[in-house]
Amino acid sequence: MKNILSATRRRASVGAAVLSVSALLLAGCGEAPQSSEGNGNGGGGETKAANSDYLGCIVSDSGGFDDQSFNQSSYEGLKAAQEELGIKIQEAESQAPTDFEPNLNSMVQSGCDLTVTVGFLLGDATKKIAKQNPEQNFAIVDFNDPEFTDNVKPLVYDTAQAAFLAGYLAAGMTETGTVATYGGVKIPTVTIFMDGFDAGIDYYNKQNNADVNLLGWDRKSQEGTFIGDFENQSAGKTNTANFINEGADIILPVAGPVGLGTVDAVKEANKSGKDASIVWVDSDGYKAVPEAQDLFLTSVMKGITKSVKDVITADVNGKFNSQPYVGTLENGGVSIAPYHSYADDVPKELKSEIEDIKAGIIAGEIDVQSDASPEQ
Amino acid sequence: MSRSDDGNRRDDDDQRDPDFGQDENRARADVETGGGREPLPAVPAEAQSGEVEPQQDRGRSILKEIFQGGSLVSILAIVLSLVLGGLLIAITNERVADAASYFFARPTDTLVAAWEAASNSYVALFQGAIFNPRASDFQGMIFPFTETLAVATPLILAGLGVALAFRAGLFNIGAQGQIIIGATMAAWVGFTLDLPWGVHLLLVMLAGIIGGGLWAGIAGLLKARTGAHEVILTIMLNYIAIHLLQFLLTTESFQRPGASNPISPQLDQTAMYPRLFGDAFRLHWGFIVAIGATVLVWWLLHRSTIGFEFRAVGANPYASKTAGISVAKGYTLVMIIAGALAGLAGVAQVSGTEGVLTDGVAASFGFDAITVALLGRSKPWGTFFAGLLFGAFRAGGVTMQTLTGTPIDIVLVVQSMIVLFIAAPPLVRAIFRIHEDGDGRKDKRRRKSERQTVKAGGAA
Repeated sequence: MKNILSATRRRASVGAAVLSVSALLLAGCGEAPQSSEGNGNGGGGETKAANSDYLGCIVSDSGGFDDQSFNQSSYEGLKAAQEELGIKIQEAESQAPTDFEPNLNSMVQSGCDLTVTVGFLLGDATKKIAKQNPEQNFAIVDFNDPEFTDNVKPLVYDTAQAAFLAGYLAAGMTETGTVATYGGVKIPTVTIFMDGFDAGIDYYNKQNNADVNLLGWDRKSQEGTFIGDFENQSAGKTNTANFINEGADIILPVAGPVGLGTVDAVKEANKSGKDASIVWVDSDGYKAVPEAQDLFLTSVMKGITKSVKDVITADVNGKFNSQPYVGTLENGGVSIAPYHSYADDVPKELKSEIEDIKAGIIAGEIDVQSDASPEQ
Repeated sequence: MSRSDDGNRRDDDDQRDPDFGQDENRARADVETGGGREPLPAVPAEAQSGEVEPQQDRGRSILKEIFQGGSLVSILAIVLSLVLGGLLIAITNERVADAASYFFARPTDTLVAAWEAASNSYVALFQGAIFNPRASDFQGMIFPFTETLAVATPLILAGLGVALAFRAGLFNIGAQGQIIIGATMAAWVGFTLDLPWGVHLLLVMLAGIIGGGLWAGIAGLLKARTGAHEVILTIMLNYIAIHLLQFLLTTESFQRPGASNPISPQLDQTAMYPRLFGDAFRLHWGFIVAIGATVLVWWLLHRSTIGFEFRAVGANPYASKTAGISVAKGYTLVMIIAGALAGLAGVAQVSGTEGVLTDGVAASFGFDAITVALLGRSKPWGTFFAGLLFGAFRAGGVTMQTLTGTPIDIVLVVQSMIVLFIAAPPLVRAIFRIHEDGDGRKDKRRRKSERQTVKAGGAA
C-alpha cells in the first residue's frame, strides 16, 4: 500500500515537473524585440536628458525600503523625483548600524549629488561624511542636529499637530468612551504621535465636557505600551485584542508594519460583533492597506515622500539650502487623511470642528507642543 | 600502497596549506590509527561506536567531522556557493527576466544578460572588497582592502571565541550576547570616564573583556555545575543581553544629554583605537589586536597546558576525567576566554568603527562568528582567514549593492550556503567526485601511480 502511494506521489510530482517545465517553455516563447539595442544599455531611453547627469541617492536604516514606514516613504520620494525630473538614482539598504558609514562612503564615491539618509540612527554617520565632503549635499529624514554642516538639510515633522486632530476625531467617534494607542519603540518620532493623540482627546473632553479615556499612553509620565520593535506583528495583534477587550474601539498603532497585526485583530473583533476601527499612521491606510479599507477612520500622515521629492527638486534647480524643513499642518507636511469609508459616519458638526481646530493650530491659538516636537 | 608513497603525500599536504593546520589532525589521526598508515577515517572512532556511547556525543562527533574535513572541501564549498549565488543573481535580475520571455526567439540575449548580471555583481564585489581600479588615486584603490580588514576585525575576534569553545566540545551560540555586553561595558567606560590617552583605551578594552568573559562565564559555570546545555544557555543569554541593552539605552545615563533617542553619546577620542593609516581609512589598531588574539589562541591551544586540557575535554570528557583533568574547570575557563574574545569584538565595534553604542552595535557578527569558526575548522589561523573572507563579503556587498543594485542579501545567501556545504562534506565530495579521504589532485596522482605500478607489473 505504502509503495503504491509513494509511486503515485512520484508520478504526480513528475507530472507537476513536466507542467512547470512546459510553463517555462511557454513563457519563453515570446517574440524578441525588433532591434537588439536593448542588449547592452538597459531600457531607460526616454529619460529627460536635461537632468540625466544628476545622481540622487538614498541610504536606508536597518528597516529597509519595504518597511511600510519612513524608509519606504523616503524611497518613494526619490522614485517620484526620478520619474518627474529624469534624474538617475542609486540606493543602498543597511542591514545594521555597521553598514551606515560604508554605505554613505560608497554613495559619496559614486558621485551622488544629494544623498537622502533615513532616521536618527544615521545622524552621526551623515554628520561625519557630510563634513568630509562639503561639495556634496545630504538630506536626513526625521532627525536634526545643530552640529550639521550647511550641506545637510534636516527634514523633520511636527506630527503632534496632525495626531491632535486624529485624537479629537477619535474622541468624538468612540462609542465605548475608550480609545487606545501603542508604539513600536519608545523613541521621539513615535511618542510624538501618541502625545498629539492624547492632547487631542483631552481637548475634546474639555470642550465637550466628556470623559473619553486613552489606553496605552500617559502624556505626563511619558509611559505607555510598546512592542519593543517594528517587526513583531503578532505582538501588535495581541496588544490590540487586549485593548478591545478592555473596551477600546478605536486603535492608533504607531509601529509601522506592526500595525498590520492591529488590522488582523480588529477584523476578528468586528466579526464577533464589535465595532472597532483604526487610525493608521505615516501614510494613508486606505491606500497602504487596501484589503482593510473599511477599517480606517482616518490616518495621521507625514509628508515624507513629498518633502524628499521637494528637496531633490530644489537641489536639481540649484536652490538647495540647509534650513531645516519642519512639516506642519500649515505647510501640509503633516495632515490627516480623508475619512474615506467613514465619510458618512462622521457627523457634520465634528467635521467642521476639526476644520476649526486645524485653523486654530495653524494660527497658533491651540498649543499642541509635545516633548518630541521638533524645534522650529 | 607503499609506506614511502604515503609519507610523500603527507609532506605535500603540509606545504600546500599551512593555514588550516592539517598536520595536527593528521598527527592525532596517526595516534588513533597507529602510525598513520591508514587513511583518516571519515567518521571519528567515537561516532562509529555511537550505540555504546551516550546520545549526547553525537553532536560532538558531528563537530569533529566538520573540523577534520580537508581544507579542499572548504575551498570547493566557497566556489560552489559563489556559483550558486551567481545563478541566483542572474535569475532575480530584471533584464534576464525580460530576455527570458523570448528565450526561444533569441536565447543568446538571456544568456548574455545572465552572464552580465552575475559577472558585474562579482566584479563590483571584488572592487568593494579588495582593489578598486576605478579610483583616481592609490589611496582610493586600496581603500576597499582596508575596509575588508576593518569589517573582519570583530568577525575574527568573535570567531576565535566560538572556535575555542568548539575545541573544548562546546557549541557557543552566545557570541552575539557576549559582544553586546562587552560593547556595552566598554562603551560606558568610553563615554563616562575622563581619562588620559592610553589608560582610557586600556580600561575600555578591559571592560569589554570582563563584560564578554562574565557573560560567557555564566553559561560555562552553569554547564559545569548543573549540566545545563550550553546551547540553550547561550541562546537565552543572547536574548537577555539584547533586551538589557535596549533597556539601558532608554535610561539617561546611556543617552545623550537633552535627547531621548536610544543612542549613546560618542566615545571620547581617548577611548578610541587609533587609526592604522590615518583618518582617511577606517582600519584601526583593533585589527592588530585581532592578529595578536589569533597568535594567543594558537599558543593557548597548541603550546599551553590549559589548551591541552581544553582539547582533551573536547575530544573525550570521560577519558579526561579519568586522566585527572577537571572537566568543570575546563568548561568554565574555556567559556570565559571565549567570551573575553567576543568582548574584544565588541570593543572593536564601539572603539573602532562605530564610536557609539546602539542596540544594533553587534550587527549579526555573533552569528556570523559561528559560520566563521566552522569555515575555519576551529583552527586559530583558519578562523582568521575565514574572518577575512567574510569581512571581504560584507565590505564588497555594500559596493555590489550600490553599483549594480544586487541586493546585499545575496551575500548572506552565499555565506549561508558555504556553511551548508561545509556541514555536508559528502555532498561536496559527491558533486566534485572526490574520493572520501582526500582531495582530487591527490586522488588522481594516486591513481596514476597505481597505473604505473600496473604497467611496471605488466612489463615485468
